[in-house]
Amino acid sequence: MSDVLGFPLAPEQASGIAPQVDLLFWCLTGLSAAMTVGIACAIVIFVVKYHHTSKADRRRRSTGNWLIEFGWILIPLGLFLGFFLWGSRLYVHEASPPRGATEIFVVGKQWMWKIEHPSGRREINELHVPVGKPVVLSMISQDVIHDVYVPAFRIHHDVLPGRYMREWFTVTRPGRYHLFCSQYCGTQHAGMVGWVVAMPPAEFEAWLGTGNAQPSMLQAGATSFRELGCTGCHMGASSVRAPRLEGLYGRPVPLQGGGFAIADDQYLHDSILLPKKQIVAGYQPVMPSYQGQIDESQVLELVAYLRSLGSERSMP
Amino acid sequence: MSPVSYLEDGTTVRSWLLSTDHKRIAILYMVSITLFFLVGGAAATLIRLELATPQPDLVSADTYNKLFSLHGVVMVWFFLIPSIPTVIGNFVLPLMLGARDLAFPRLNLFSWYLYLVGGLFTGVMMIKGGVDTGWTFYTPFSSMFSNTHVVLTVVGVFIVGFSSILTGLNFIVTTHKLRAPGLTWSRLPLFVWSLYATSVIMLLATPVLAMTLILLAVERIFRVGIFDPGLGGDPLLFQHLFWFYSHPAVYIMILPGMGVVSELIGCFSRKRVYGYKFVAGSSLAIAFFGFLVWGHHMFVAGQSVYAGLVFAFLSYMVAVPSAVKVFNWTATLRQGSIHLDTPMLYALGFIGLFTMGGLTGLFLAALAIDVHVHDTYFVISHFHYIMVGGMVSAYLGGIHYWWPKMSGRMYPELLGKLSALTLFIGFNLTFFPQYLLGFLGMPRRYHVYPPEFQVLNVLSTAGASILAVGYLLPLFYLLWSLRYGKRAPENPWHATGLEWQTPSPPPTDNFETVPIVTQEAYAYPVEEPHA
Amino acid sequence: MPDLAHQFQDLEQQRTADTLGMWAFLATEMMLFGAMFLGYTVYRWHYPRAFYLGAQRTDMVLGSLNTALLLTSSLSMALGVHFQRARHFGRVALCLGVTALLGAGFLALKLLEYWHHYQEGLAPGLNFHFPGPEASQVALFFVFYFVMTGLHAVHMTIGLGLVGFQTARAYRAESRLMPVTLTGLYWHFVDVIWVFLYPLFYLGGRS
Repeated sequence: MSDVLGFPLAPEQASGIAPQVDLLFWCLTGLSAAMTVGIACAIVIFVVKYHHTSKADRRRRSTGNWLIEFGWILIPLGLFLGFFLWGSRLYVHEASPPRGATEIFVVGKQWMWKIEHPSGRREINELHVPVGKPVVLSMISQDVIHDVYVPAFRIHHDVLPGRYMREWFTVTRPGRYHLFCSQYCGTQHAGMVGWVVAMPPAEFEAWLGTGNAQPSMLQAGATSFRELGCTGCHMGASSVRAPRLEGLYGRPVPLQGGGFAIADDQYLHDSILLPKKQIVAGYQPVMPSYQGQIDESQVLELVAYLRSLGSERSMP
Repeated sequence: MSPVSYLEDGTTVRSWLLSTDHKRIAILYMVSITLFFLVGGAAATLIRLELATPQPDLVSADTYNKLFSLHGVVMVWFFLIPSIPTVIGNFVLPLMLGARDLAFPRLNLFSWYLYLVGGLFTGVMMIKGGVDTGWTFYTPFSSMFSNTHVVLTVVGVFIVGFSSILTGLNFIVTTHKLRAPGLTWSRLPLFVWSLYATSVIMLLATPVLAMTLILLAVERIFRVGIFDPGLGGDPLLFQHLFWFYSHPAVYIMILPGMGVVSELIGCFSRKRVYGYKFVAGSSLAIAFFGFLVWGHHMFVAGQSVYAGLVFAFLSYMVAVPSAVKVFNWTATLRQGSIHLDTPMLYALGFIGLFTMGGLTGLFLAALAIDVHVHDTYFVISHFHYIMVGGMVSAYLGGIHYWWPKMSGRMYPELLGKLSALTLFIGFNLTFFPQYLLGFLGMPRRYHVYPPEFQVLNVLSTAGASILAVGYLLPLFYLLWSLRYGKRAPENPWHATGLEWQTPSPPPTDNFETVPIVTQEAYAYPVEEPHA
Repeated sequence: MPDLAHQFQDLEQQRTADTLGMWAFLATEMMLFGAMFLGYTVYRWHYPRAFYLGAQRTDMVLGSLNTALLLTSSLSMALGVHFQRARHFGRVALCLGVTALLGAGFLALKLLEYWHHYQEGLAPGLNFHFPGPEASQVALFFVFYFVMTGLHAVHMTIGLGLVGFQTARAYRAESRLMPVTLTGLYWHFVDVIWVFLYPLFYLGGRS
């Protein structure tokens, strides 16, 4: 069919959710087509039958009926609610990444995608993923709002500055798929495109090992941690001035002025770039901001390092 | 001896520019929004030409971005929002109510001048090099990153917003206080109901946009962090505030169109509109629910999943009253006595296009589908079906319907029918392929795109050229008719409604004596068939 | 009936239409300020401490004095409307004149306050310096402070023009009840807005 037309009628289905989204899409298309055709037919029939030149019987004409009105309020309402529930179920599923998903880090900036794998493998405007395993993207923007859109996976999520956003998918077929930025981000918005390359898990592992030998994100984070002088306050004997970071990750942190914050990625990110936003109880707000000195990729590496500190301590 | 018509009551430029007559102000608006429509249309033409090929061969990336931003800003605030209210509403609302003018005629003129000042800012912005943020001005791009004339643009929109607020205020007070004796609420023409619902939205939503734009300008001028997360701001707050206005704003655009169509369907079926109370009530329901659904623009923007669910639910609620209108219009045709004059063709086209636009709204409210087609051509096509297919069809239908009243002349009927048909065909050719493009995954605001999308884009561009003919045709023959058209009788359509009980064109004071209303709207007798 | 505009049937219709128009206008004004109050609330919820610190730097004395001036001006405005009913033009002129003077006093003090803030380096985007860690968030407080009180001051200026105009008319014994009442309505509205601004920007830092 599509060969005849010269263009496809539906996008490729390459993720676990894609067939489910498409099913919903085609069902709604069916309903819409039925309603459109129904109304169009009704209009044509009435126009022909009751054209002012026709002698059709008009003596018992009706200008309203409460029963009919409530009928066409309630029936569509019921149908709509069904589609609402259906769409919501998929939406909630799309918003809940499974545990143990392969995590890949994405930084958007005008006008390129920088991608970093935990192993340290970095790429630009290409995203290599394994087939058959859930993959979760941790995304943040360096400047304005961007959006990671992979039509073949039916997923879409804005990438905001200053906030980690997550979206996940499981690829079902190896191949190359379009990666678009779909939130308008300035002059070269249409150039902020790339490819998702899906490969079988073994090939993916092999691919991770190729390329220039680079330190893993954790190692890079540890290096930054030393070079930026974080150790001066946060490590060893000097820790009187600053909170210790071992075992911190994932724990509640008491805050000055009451309340707690969970030490998650977002908290660590903000503590590095906006250290005054939340002050840990019992400490002076003396930490300088690293905003402008390090970019989001480095923050991601630092967070990866801090995560590892957390898990070391939390092991029994 | 009949009193002098409003068109002949003073012929100097001054008598037009300082007129407080609602009918003359309507004409002033008609001329100005037509000019802006041509500007926006020119931008659209260039956009479609550029998209005929996947490569950037007509304009640069920067120019393309400025073109679609200009198209959006001009079409939304300088054409769609004012169109039916300020032209048709201004002209016929007092006539329909049996009043001599709006409640505040000088305020009405002031609104037009505000519109002009806002337009002036937009014009200056264009000349100085344009703006590249899109009509949505998303932060922090607009406030911290764009190097174009964002402040000029938002000041223009801010000012034209107040024009819109004052028009809404005027209509509300007029509808409440200036109804002719006997014209109770349940006897009001449906167009008045829809204008009333529109006015409420104008009054309550527009100031929020005004304030949001002030904050945007402050952030941009003073470099302080209101919406920029780097300085502690929240970019999502901007989107919430922006859509709190801009979603109801789409109902500002479509509700008056629905009102016009109700008039046309009633008149050309020679029958009372089916389910009058439900059609009237659905306008108010749309206005009410319209305030509660702004978050459906942000399903993938980073708001919480729960917020997404609530907004999706409410979006389905707002779909119900729209569906009720379509069903009632269709049912009106049954056992009517249908006359297929040009306005009726436009009205029937409206029903078709609005149905398709409305139904695709259901797709977008079904969260998981929005996650796929958000910010793609699917969305573009969806709202063009409503705004252009729906609203512009209704506007042109209304203009043809009331043209004899406004100008005192009949337009050429055959050309009218031709234009309605051309528009319907051209519109579908332009925008139906865009649904497919969106489903296939073509993002909006791209001036270059992967080659597999080209066939559909070429189809769309070809359709746009037909659409352009459909728009230019009425422009020419309506102007032609001003001089050469047949003189219009008082009531060429045999319509009910007070506006048809005064000469065409009406005298300055509309009615020689205040009319007294004794029956409901659309009290058409059963018409004997005649060939 | 020289006062009756041609679009109205009788004075009663004109009077109710004018009143409804003013109320509708105030509804739109509510939404204008409402958006700002929402923004303030969001950020105060994000940054309670910065907003607390910021509110300590506003001028309690001038702010309270201004509140007193405005509340008094509302009283004299109300009295003006009262006397207009009885067409005691001299008293109307006096009351409205006092209202205008108090309003002008408010604006003068407000400008003085702005000047002080500027000298203290509390004007975001111009010269903002705040000792301590929360500088950028306190700056946000002052952005809202300047935008909201500035917007209020714009409304005060318009109100001042209206009251001044009515004072002049009352002085020439030409003032009429409807315009005076509507001016009063507007004046009270602007006053009420201040009553909300005062706790948000002055009392908030001193609880």
